[in-house]
Amino acid sequence: MSFIQRNPSVLIFLSILAMFTLGVTLMSEAFGSAIISTSFVKTLGKTLCLALIAIAMDLVWGYCGILSLGHFAFFGLGGYMIGMWLMYARTQEIVITSLADAPLPPTANEISDAITNQIFGVVGSDQLPAIWMFADTLWIQLALVVLVPGLLALIFGWLAFRSRVTGVYLSILTQAMTLALALYLFQNDSGLRGNNGLSGLQNIPNVTAPQPVVSIWFFWASAAALGLGYLVSAWLVSGKFGSILRGIRDNEARVRFLGYSVEHYKLVVFTLTACIAGIAGALYYPQAGIINPAEIAPIASIYLAVWVAIGGRGRLYGAVIGAIFVSLVSSWFTGGQAPDVNLGFYTVKWVDWWLIVLGLSFVLVTLFAPKGIGGLVDIATNRLRKEDKV
Amino acid sequence: MSRLSLDRDFSKMTLRLPLFPPLILAGVIFLAALFTSSFVSASPIQDVLQTQSDVIVKSSRKTIGPAIDAVANSGLPQAQDVLQAWQAKEMWQRKSDGLFFRGEKIDSKTYRLFDFENGSEIGEFAKSDLKQIKPNSGIRALLGIALVQFQLSDPDPQKRLDALTSIERDPNADALFALRASISGETDDEILRQKSRLERLLTISFDDDDAARVSAIAGFKGDLGLDVRATLNPLLETKRIAYPTGETPSQTIANELELGSNDFSKATAYALLVENGFADAKIDVDTIKSALIENIRGGNVADIPVHTLSTDAQRLAAYDSLAATGAVAPRVTDAQFETALENHSFADVYIEPSAAVTSAAKDAIDAIETKVAFNQFLDLTLDGLSLASIYFLAAIGLAITFGVMGVINMAHGEFIMMGAYTGFVVQQIIPNHTVSIIVAIPLAFAVTFAAGVAMERLVIRKLYHRPLETLLATFGISIALQQLAKNIFGTQARPLTSPAWLDGAMVVNDVVSISYIRIAIFVLALIFLGVFLFIMKRTRLGLETRAVTQNRTMASSMGINPDRVNMLTFGLGSGIAGIAGVAIGLFAKVTSELGGDYIVQSFMTVVVGGVGNIWGTLAGAAMIGFLQKGIEWFNPANTLAAQTYMIIFIILFIQIRPRGIVALKGRAAGD
Amino acid sequence: MNRLLEVSGVSVSFDGFKAINNLSFAINSAELRAVIGPNGAGKTTFMDIVTGKTKPDEGRVIWGDDSVSLLGLSEAQIAKAGVGRKFQKPTVFEDQTVKENLIMSLKNQRGPFSVLFYRPSKSDLEKVDDLALEIGLSDQLNRLAGELSHGQKQWLEIGMLLAQEPKLMLVDEPAAGMTLAEREHTTDLLVRAAKTCAVVVVEHDMDFVRRLDCKVTVLHEGSVLAEGSLDHVTANQDVIDVYLGR
Repeated sequence: MSFIQRNPSVLIFLSILAMFTLGVTLMSEAFGSAIISTSFVKTLGKTLCLALIAIAMDLVWGYCGILSLGHFAFFGLGGYMIGMWLMYARTQEIVITSLADAPLPPTANEISDAITNQIFGVVGSDQLPAIWMFADTLWIQLALVVLVPGLLALIFGWLAFRSRVTGVYLSILTQAMTLALALYLFQNDSGLRGNNGLSGLQNIPNVTAPQPVVSIWFFWASAAALGLGYLVSAWLVSGKFGSILRGIRDNEARVRFLGYSVEHYKLVVFTLTACIAGIAGALYYPQAGIINPAEIAPIASIYLAVWVAIGGRGRLYGAVIGAIFVSLVSSWFTGGQAPDVNLGFYTVKWVDWWLIVLGLSFVLVTLFAPKGIGGLVDIATNRLRKEDKV
Repeated sequence: MSRLSLDRDFSKMTLRLPLFPPLILAGVIFLAALFTSSFVSASPIQDVLQTQSDVIVKSSRKTIGPAIDAVANSGLPQAQDVLQAWQAKEMWQRKSDGLFFRGEKIDSKTYRLFDFENGSEIGEFAKSDLKQIKPNSGIRALLGIALVQFQLSDPDPQKRLDALTSIERDPNADALFALRASISGETDDEILRQKSRLERLLTISFDDDDAARVSAIAGFKGDLGLDVRATLNPLLETKRIAYPTGETPSQTIANELELGSNDFSKATAYALLVENGFADAKIDVDTIKSALIENIRGGNVADIPVHTLSTDAQRLAAYDSLAATGAVAPRVTDAQFETALENHSFADVYIEPSAAVTSAAKDAIDAIETKVAFNQFLDLTLDGLSLASIYFLAAIGLAITFGVMGVINMAHGEFIMMGAYTGFVVQQIIPNHTVSIIVAIPLAFAVTFAAGVAMERLVIRKLYHRPLETLLATFGISIALQQLAKNIFGTQARPLTSPAWLDGAMVVNDVVSISYIRIAIFVLALIFLGVFLFIMKRTRLGLETRAVTQNRTMASSMGINPDRVNMLTFGLGSGIAGIAGVAIGLFAKVTSELGGDYIVQSFMTVVVGGVGNIWGTLAGAAMIGFLQKGIEWFNPANTLAAQTYMIIFIILFIQIRPRGIVALKGRAAGD
Repeated sequence: MNRLLEVSGVSVSFDGFKAINNLSFAINSAELRAVIGPNGAGKTTFMDIVTGKTKPDEGRVIWGDDSVSLLGLSEAQIAKAGVGRKFQKPTVFEDQTVKENLIMSLKNQRGPFSVLFYRPSKSDLEKVDDLALEIGLSDQLNRLAGELSHGQKQWLEIGMLLAQEPKLMLVDEPAAGMTLAEREHTTDLLVRAAKTCAVVVVEHDMDFVRRLDCKVTVLHEGSVLAEGSLDHVTANQDVIDVYLGR
């Protein structure tokens, strides 16, 4: 792995991630001193998933220059795919338990009717939608976590890149795609329970372990996915492939005149990152416990871009820092934990004012610190180099 | 035909009325008076009331009919007053002599009575001496019907119209006779027209003579009125019947049903047979299940172990074994099921018995529906046009800034919102709606123009040639502005009331109508188009803007200050958004999310239309507006799906015309 | 000498303006050709058509021994077929090192998946070193391209062009903004390149063209005005009229 030698940041990142995981485990309720509550373990696990999708966003935007406002749609689709299995299998478990005492042993039809009724009664349907065909088979749904977002990205990307839609046009189109998907899912007959979404995802079917333990499992899985995602992404952008991506970002036409089919590269990156986003979503929503179409709304994807921009585009650790920093700070401010500021004539309630601060700070970052927080790292390393020279 | 039937019905009426000629009545009452000493016959109307006194006091829906008829058909001028007072619970009976009067409350214990005969005051009485006649709602309805004939001939035209409206609301056979009787005396042409139209409608529903009904139906062929369709449609209502094959049902068959077709499954058909007693009920899964549960004996059902009964086949076998022992009724076998279905035919038949009427109604409805479809298309076109105007208004500012500066302003929607809130604030200060709108439009322009210029100076100017960063920075401004609006105005919708002269709609017929606000918005869009074309083609700013759009470097070397042009165009685009906000606020709810509702459509308009050309924006708005309405028409129940399909369509459209409908070619396209 | 590129009867117009008007042009393999012409003569549009950036309204563009039409191909496919292009404004990837720029240009598999698993081989690295030597950037290999001087960027772009090992090089104003010494170096590079492939140089500067010492095509208002040696065309009355602007 010579590329790790050439990219020491990968090793640093992985070590920090490993230490962080170990630390959280030791402080958790399930395996340690219970300094960190189970709900905070979940928050941290979710944050790692957000960091993973931020890496995907960085690949597609920071490296390849495609400002996609649709990656949260892929994230949500991944969540829906795993959510289908979680909800179906969990309901199946409950139904079978409740029918165990029935005078007659239940038929397969009775079981599936009861499950359908449990899941879809809320949208007034007594038919299991066709898309739930494989909901009882974990490995198929796991495959769909990657395949569904990947396929959507492939089709959309093929259409968009083929017709040379670029720049802001493409951003708007991806936003439209996200909106279309969200609106579609909001319908009751979408087959995914309309605006009720899928719920109860925090329970793993047929597993009796208590939530503190399950939450740590998901935390580990998220950390592993993030580490692996970082490694793969770093490898991807380290060589000639990365060169070409950055080339496309900086001057698409020039890359084309070098003989590279820009469309194919964009398509590969767009689809691949959609798959990563799907995986991140599949890990995120079991920790959140619920997924509904509002999660997919275009605004979420824009926030994703905000994280990456604040963290620093075109560097993977920047995306991770941005996602972790902004999402944690956001939830601190909007969760009501932040103390209100009393100005005497007016009390600043952070719940009301945080979005304004975030919006403006975003403008400031774009204007004055286009490299984001990652730019600080540059300043630090440059200083080190200078000291070396002296 | 219709004239004939009318004449005959008049004769009926004239036959009815002389049943109670006042003279005979007076005679009867006179005789009655001889036998009842406490009975003081004060006036003819009082006499009528006295004859019906028992029934009136009993006040029962079932028996009250003759009493009401007696009053209504008395031919006395006071009859209407009596019925009205009765209906309004203002009729009182004096306990001392049993006479009826109209009572007015003075205080809770005292009432003032008036004579029905001439309305003269009788005097004040204690409530304890009086008995109020309290008709229940059923009686009041009957009184209402009886009153209609008076109201239909009331000297006050408004009263006559009201009576027509009340008949329209609750059509019935009695009203038909009253209506016919009133037509000959009608002097007002418009009311006469309405009366005879309603008479024909009621004839269709209530006349006994089929020929009269058919001719009335024929008279409405091609009429677009909702009332006509509401009258004709019930005639075509059907019900499903089953009958042994070979027999002919007595009712008119609307259509024969094919077994196993989409909406008529074998199970439905069989259920119909069971309902009509042609077959035995099929024993369903649940019945089988409960029968099995009832017959569990020591872990077995008919010697079959319970734990094996986990498939439907096993359960059926167990049930059949039970049936063999006689414990339960045997199942209807599949063969029986099929035979029963084979031996019967199924059809939808008209509930209306007369075949002539149903076929005339069907003809008329078909003719009407063709016309309705055409008019609906017209209506849809108007709807699409008004939606297109809204999108045009919302998108034009965006198109200007995008076209001239290549900048996508994500905060554009928030400028629209700012305009709408400006309108709201102005209305808080200036209560007159007309004046406030006139003030609000330029003020909204000024506010958003200033905001746009400030944004251009502070943010966008520093981000030229970095369009994606501009997009994100303006997005940051967008979320900040949205939250700011939420903090100031709260989350609830604020009303922006339109002036009274914009209320209501221009109604062409019952299908086609367009509200004045939408017409106003259409006009506003036209004005904008005109003003924009004027600015672009006839002013210095327009010339400079076009120069900068086409070649920035060249323009600046010609002495044009592109900075100034950018600032002004951005201000102009934002200002137009502000005005659009006032317009949109007039018919949509003003909330902090107002802008977000329009922004995606505005983007779509710009993308589809093509950049840098006003006609492109117009074409884009027209396409999106008409498309959205068209899709909604195909699937009216589901506006969410409509938006989904529209966006998918746009993504596909971009495949055919990546640069929009009106595309710039060559170097100006900015490759 | 066999025919490499043949453009015949090509026209293209933008919003009514005829940028190229019935242009016919041919070049043999291993030929050096200079294209001159006043502003707006259609030089850049001509290159856009050959490289696939602009689709002509009519006409044919035939390429190579197999006489393939270039009109149906995308930019990338044309580049892979062996047409290299250097832009008027030096366009190198400024965010990347000289070495990365060159490696990207080396003639190798162009598909995303082969690129993903590509690691520079020894011979590739040698080629990069040779190219760097040729364009005089040997000691700049690990510098970011954006940090180079204007002339160095021009050379880097020519180097990238050479790395592609094209059959035809289209070079747009290679000497713009160069010092005299740099120009001479550039001339040498181009003349040497023309030994192995066809080179079309678009240039304003007559001195530079004279130094190239090759056949010259004069474009005017989207079509060929004159063709021949430099002395021949400069003696042509039409050319004199156009250049002196009678």
